[in-house]
Amino acid sequence: MTMQRARPSLPSDDKRWKIVNATMRRTGYAEHALIEALHSVQDAFGFLDEDAMIFVADSLDLPLSKVFGVATFYHLFMLKPQGRHSCVVCTGTACYIQGAGALIEGLEQRFGVNPGETTEDGALSVMTARCVGACGLAPAVVIDRQVSGKLDSNALNAKLEQEIAQ
Amino acid sequence: MNVDDLEELADKHREEYAAVKTEIRVCTAASCQSSGALPVLEALTTGCDASDHAGCCVKQVGCMGLCSAGPLVAIAAKDAPLDQAQIYRDVAATDAPEILTSAKTGTPMERLHCPTEMPFFARQQRIVLENSGIVDPNSFKGYVALGGYHAMVHALTEMTPAEVIAEVTTSGLRGRGGGGYPTGLKWSTVAKMPATQKYVICNADEGDPGAFMDRAILESDPHRVLEGMAMAAYAIGANKGFVYIRAEYPLAVERLKTAIRKAKRAGFIGHHICETEFNFDIEIRLGAGAFVCGEETALMASIEGGRGQPRPRPPYPAESGLWGHPTLINNVETYANIAPIVREGGDWFAGIGTERSKGTKVFALAGAICNTGLIEVPMGTPLRDIIEAIGGGIPGGKAFKAVQTGGPSGGCIPEAHLDIPVDYDSLKTLGTIMGSGGMIVMDETSSMVEVARFFMEFCMSESCGKCIPCRAGTAQMHGLLDRIVKGEAGRQDLALLEELCEVVQATSLCGLGQTAPNPVLSTLRYFRAEYEQRLLEQAA
Repeated sequence: MTMQRARPSLPSDDKRWKIVNATMRRTGYAEHALIEALHSVQDAFGFLDEDAMIFVADSLDLPLSKVFGVATFYHLFMLKPQGRHSCVVCTGTACYIQGAGALIEGLEQRFGVNPGETTEDGALSVMTARCVGACGLAPAVVIDRQVSGKLDSNALNAKLEQEIAQ
Repeated sequence: MNVDDLEELADKHREEYAAVKTEIRVCTAASCQSSGALPVLEALTTGCDASDHAGCCVKQVGCMGLCSAGPLVAIAAKDAPLDQAQIYRDVAATDAPEILTSAKTGTPMERLHCPTEMPFFARQQRIVLENSGIVDPNSFKGYVALGGYHAMVHALTEMTPAEVIAEVTTSGLRGRGGGGYPTGLKWSTVAKMPATQKYVICNADEGDPGAFMDRAILESDPHRVLEGMAMAAYAIGANKGFVYIRAEYPLAVERLKTAIRKAKRAGFIGHHICETEFNFDIEIRLGAGAFVCGEETALMASIEGGRGQPRPRPPYPAESGLWGHPTLINNVETYANIAPIVREGGDWFAGIGTERSKGTKVFALAGAICNTGLIEVPMGTPLRDIIEAIGGGIPGGKAFKAVQTGGPSGGCIPEAHLDIPVDYDSLKTLGTIMGSGGMIVMDETSSMVEVARFFMEFCMSESCGKCIPCRAGTAQMHGLLDRIVKGEAGRQDLALLEELCEVVQATSLCGLGQTAPNPVLSTLRYFRAEYEQRLLEQAA
């Protein structure tokens, strides 16, 4: 007869914690579902902060070092809050051949941010991805989770300005 | 669920659609969606009313292949193959009325016509993609009506596990993830293990930049992969499967989840499948953006919820894999080949392709080429045919320079070797690999040294850091390549680069490090002059 270990209480009464908790409950709080749990935190909050990692570690009965190790190993997990809009430039081979580099330079000139950074007003995060699988449309850009293809630098910047202005 | 139930299900689906004579198929795979397929779908759906367009129905389908001409819409008789369809390219929502009229009257419209006689369509042989662009990826019944799950029911009820393996062995199928290991041999190794708990894993962590075959298969025909996995599980004696898929492919994940849900509901995944003693469950596991997780031992570490770091082999996964149990790992396209092999027989499959590379291969054409997209051709098709005939050559009248195969683990093939047949062994002799099937064409404007630097930068940032040769070696090689590109390097730097290539190749722990030097070695082999030109003493 094993004692049921007490699960930690939710960090706050923010409803989003319930979603995260439900994900972990579905997998029986198994430690191998750590990546799923981190995905659900990021989907709910946009990034992983320390409170979230402590909560996940306590829930799955894992050392915090392991959770932090996994969160920092994978590119998709963000440890900082992201901007209101995101622009992911694909830097896969096909996009590289078709001029993804120019898009990144153009973004830097227009918005003053390099990949991995967020503008000071929190409007835009620029990221790069290794390949979004839309090679037929190279160079591909993912703006707020929508893939756009075959854009040049001016068109991309114009599109982003329009998104931010809305 | 047995053969009769399956027939009943297929008949029911046919009855439901008995009135339909003409299908208006809209590709809603990720690539066409990003060119704007959803507004087209909406316009066609609202415009197609039953009274005015009797016998027509709008249907969502998967990839038809020619991504560069998307959004694609095809008009075809019910369930007719792609080459008998009338395909329209670059369709906008405003074209919907015209398309509906052409579907109703049967007269093709010239304006958006995309000829299916063109080599891009005519030169293909579709086995893996046989339902792609025909079946609705979200329709379980639609897949069954096209003969889906028949192979699995046949295998489970009329074949022993050993017979299934024998069929796969006869077919000569080799791993489509790029390794080219004989699939039948892999299966029989796991089957021979005496353990009670075994796993099957589908590797859908398509990390090679420039490759999108697995994405397209999962978005177009997800049930085919589940069917292949179930037969593999039956053959080796596993009761649990995992699909490890990249989180960067949200649409593929969504369609796979739907497929699993519907297959479970129909009793094709779960307990006592087809009233036999066979139980099989499938779970999805999401990756989180790490290229190294395509390596099998790293992938398993990731499924176990840890950092995706490889471990030394042996023991191979077949002996000690997921949580220490015997595990079979195959790629999406490998599983997608299983149903046709069981259905038509291994001998049929072995009749396609070359002596040592059987069947067909799906390639993703991208880069400086007119027809970018997805193709499936028999193994042994000359590279020149793929690039010039099927791919339509280089846009803008520029000259061909090289084609890159095998992603960051592969190499570049120059013009002089274009007549080579594409199969595992021929590509090896050229110092590149088949890889998973990405083909990136480069024209005269691409600098091969910069391409090598690009791949090295990729390997450097994707190195997991566990072993020193890869962690430090890729960084040093990238530094050297960077200096060569900038014209700051001398002859001794080039010699050092070549020496490092050998060391990293020979001493790295996993495939990522062992193959990281390949793009450098291959560009040095065929384009050495480009390196030499940039050296200091040449510039002086």
